[in-house]
Amino acid sequence: MNAPSITTAEQTQAVTRTFDLGAALKDSLRTALITLGLSIPILAYKTDQSGADLFLTPRWGLVAIICAIVFGLRMVLHAFTASRAYRQATPSAHQATEPVHAEPSAFQHVSKFAIPLFLGVALAFPLIIYLIQGGLNESRYWVDLGILILTYVMLGWGLNIVVGLAGLLDLGYVAFYAVGAYSYALLSTTFGLSFWICLPLAGILAAFWGMILGFPVLRLRGDYLAIVTLAFGEIIRLVLINWVDLTNGGAGISSIPRATFFGLPFTAGEGGFAQTFGLEFNGMHRIIFLYYLILVLALITNFVTMRLRKLPVGRAWEALREDEIACRSLGINTTNTKLTAFAIGAMFGGFAGSFFAVRQGFVSPESFNFLESAIILAIVVLGGMGSQIGVAIAAIVLVGGPEILRNLTFLQAIFGSGFDPNEYRLLLFGAGMVAMMVWRPRGLISEREPSVILKERKAISGSLVKEGHG
Amino acid sequence: MEIFVQQLINGLTLGSIYGLIAIGYTMVFGIIGMVNFAHGDVFMLSAFISLIFFLILTTWLGISSVALALLIVLVVAMALTSLWGWAIERIAYRPLRGSFRLAPLISAIGVSIFLSNFVQVAQGARNKPTPPMVQDVIVLFQGASGYNVALSYKQIIIMITTAVLLTIFWYLVQKTSLGRAQRACEQDRKMAALLGINVDRTISLTFVIGAALASVAGTMYLLYYGVVSFNDGFVPGVKAFTAAVLGGIGSLPGAVLGGLIIGLIETFWSAYFSIEYKDVAAFSILAIVLIFMPSGILGRPEVEKV
Repeated sequence: MNAPSITTAEQTQAVTRTFDLGAALKDSLRTALITLGLSIPILAYKTDQSGADLFLTPRWGLVAIICAIVFGLRMVLHAFTASRAYRQATPSAHQATEPVHAEPSAFQHVSKFAIPLFLGVALAFPLIIYLIQGGLNESRYWVDLGILILTYVMLGWGLNIVVGLAGLLDLGYVAFYAVGAYSYALLSTTFGLSFWICLPLAGILAAFWGMILGFPVLRLRGDYLAIVTLAFGEIIRLVLINWVDLTNGGAGISSIPRATFFGLPFTAGEGGFAQTFGLEFNGMHRIIFLYYLILVLALITNFVTMRLRKLPVGRAWEALREDEIACRSLGINTTNTKLTAFAIGAMFGGFAGSFFAVRQGFVSPESFNFLESAIILAIVVLGGMGSQIGVAIAAIVLVGGPEILRNLTFLQAIFGSGFDPNEYRLLLFGAGMVAMMVWRPRGLISEREPSVILKERKAISGSLVKEGHG
Repeated sequence: MEIFVQQLINGLTLGSIYGLIAIGYTMVFGIIGMVNFAHGDVFMLSAFISLIFFLILTTWLGISSVALALLIVLVVAMALTSLWGWAIERIAYRPLRGSFRLAPLISAIGVSIFLSNFVQVAQGARNKPTPPMVQDVIVLFQGASGYNVALSYKQIIIMITTAVLLTIFWYLVQKTSLGRAQRACEQDRKMAALLGINVDRTISLTFVIGAALASVAGTMYLLYYGVVSFNDGFVPGVKAFTAAVLGGIGSLPGAVLGGLIIGLIETFWSAYFSIEYKDVAAFSILAIVLIFMPSGILGRPEVEKV
């Protein structure tokens, strides 16, 4: 069974074998007209402020360009669907016997070799960058980017337990990230505890919050669950902003102690990391250490998840995802199952938050807004809920992709010097989320690996699984 | 006492705005069972459309009568926002019909992020203050301590517009064939289709009506607060959704009732407790209502089908 097909007006029209130029032109023109309607007045006039007054600057040229682009794209789409319809009208031999079970896609065949490859690249990443860039300080940007991506990989894997395995849509995951970050920030600045003591504490506290927030939402499912978790996430952020005595409010907590190499600080002086190991001091040692720290944390998350899937609780999660009522009828304690999913997912969020605080040296409530939750959720969904390697790929695409935008300076030559591609990061992100749902609602890697195997291993197509139901 | 009456008036005004937005949520949820997460941003977008048209009318076309300008702005904003509502449904939600259940919600979050950043890129990130439109107030009665209870023209305009539009849409849903088709789709989409109702068109029209009412709310919001920015969609959107759930999702009078209750709670909370925690209060109400009374005040209890 293929994924539910999308029947749109164009596709049904396009089944006629010849390319109807007139109809395509007419339709494209209509689309362009609608675009024109949508751009009035929000694109056509820009409001600028001088003093207290607003005045309008017309931008009809921009609107004309956008309408022309939409017209062109629509024509290309028509040509494309027409040629595809022509190809489908002349079937090839093996198409007649299309299997009922959808074949695993190309992504899934790749994944067998991809895992060792990814792991190898991740382990050797600082070295590769060092060799390419030719110096420690030059590679700083790339290693920082690597750390950022790995943080999101870890958050994605943590949320994957809740969303991908247990099928509970959590829109407030960032709350646990915040709990972890503030736990480390507060414990280290007030009690002077070291990172290595705070890390497990932050995880435990986050898990605790996972249970506290998970308990009231046990009865909810689907959209309602998503909205309540969203509300919890926002409540935690608003409390962090307003509880100034504890959290220093919107100003955040700064000068959080840095991570140490198991007790050895990364400083130039006596007893520092560099001196102990007889190296020349370099600030990059700390960055590379942080890189490996987050890599290890992420791999632990992955390892624990993989093992948990094979335990009874992991199988109960997946049963819960597929059908809650059947699950309950079989005597599975859904309360405990849901709470463990929330708690373990939250715990990894807490670890990641603690890492975030130690890396930045500064936390403020603005780092934990709804958008972060949406990004983490998008990573899990794009990765194909439940697939570990998919989440990693999605994190690279969604977090690393926007970094490419930063470097597209040549676009300034086309659009003028005021053009900043980075402004469009979230715009493209939102559009990408919609496009991804329309194009591949099951994510990049929608394969399911069965947790119990009888004789031989078979891939299950994602379209046969109905996750996210409850 | 004076403060109480004043807060009551303010609360009802705010509640009317929330009620108008909440109708969009409740109708969409009723008919296709999805939370249209982007609805708050459609509201914000419509406030921007109103702002720009108001500026065009007053500064370029030189219309000096504020009432006339507001009327034209309202009509134009409704038309253009409806087009947005239609386009969003067509692009982001229709292809997902029949997909797995969370797909439309995730797509709606994408639309929401897209819209707010689209407005940010197109109009800039700063707050946009409008020139003051309606200034006059009627002093209802003067308190002993010199505190005047005032009902401003703005508030009168907002309440009357809301009441008139609600009556029109109430008539539309209850008495016309469109409304019948809509209620039929709400009950059983497949059966409605078998009986010759164009389901896709009905769903599109639901989004159009929701967007049109959100644009009224957007214009009223602009009139009331006189300032709008690109991220003003999220929090009012969540509050309106709370209103829809509180009133009983799927029920039109429930949405208005819920909106008024949320508006009153918010103003009284700000007046008597703390203004910092007013959003916390709104989110807490949302969580409490969803957990303890998911069918709301006027809604039907949801039956669990096996």
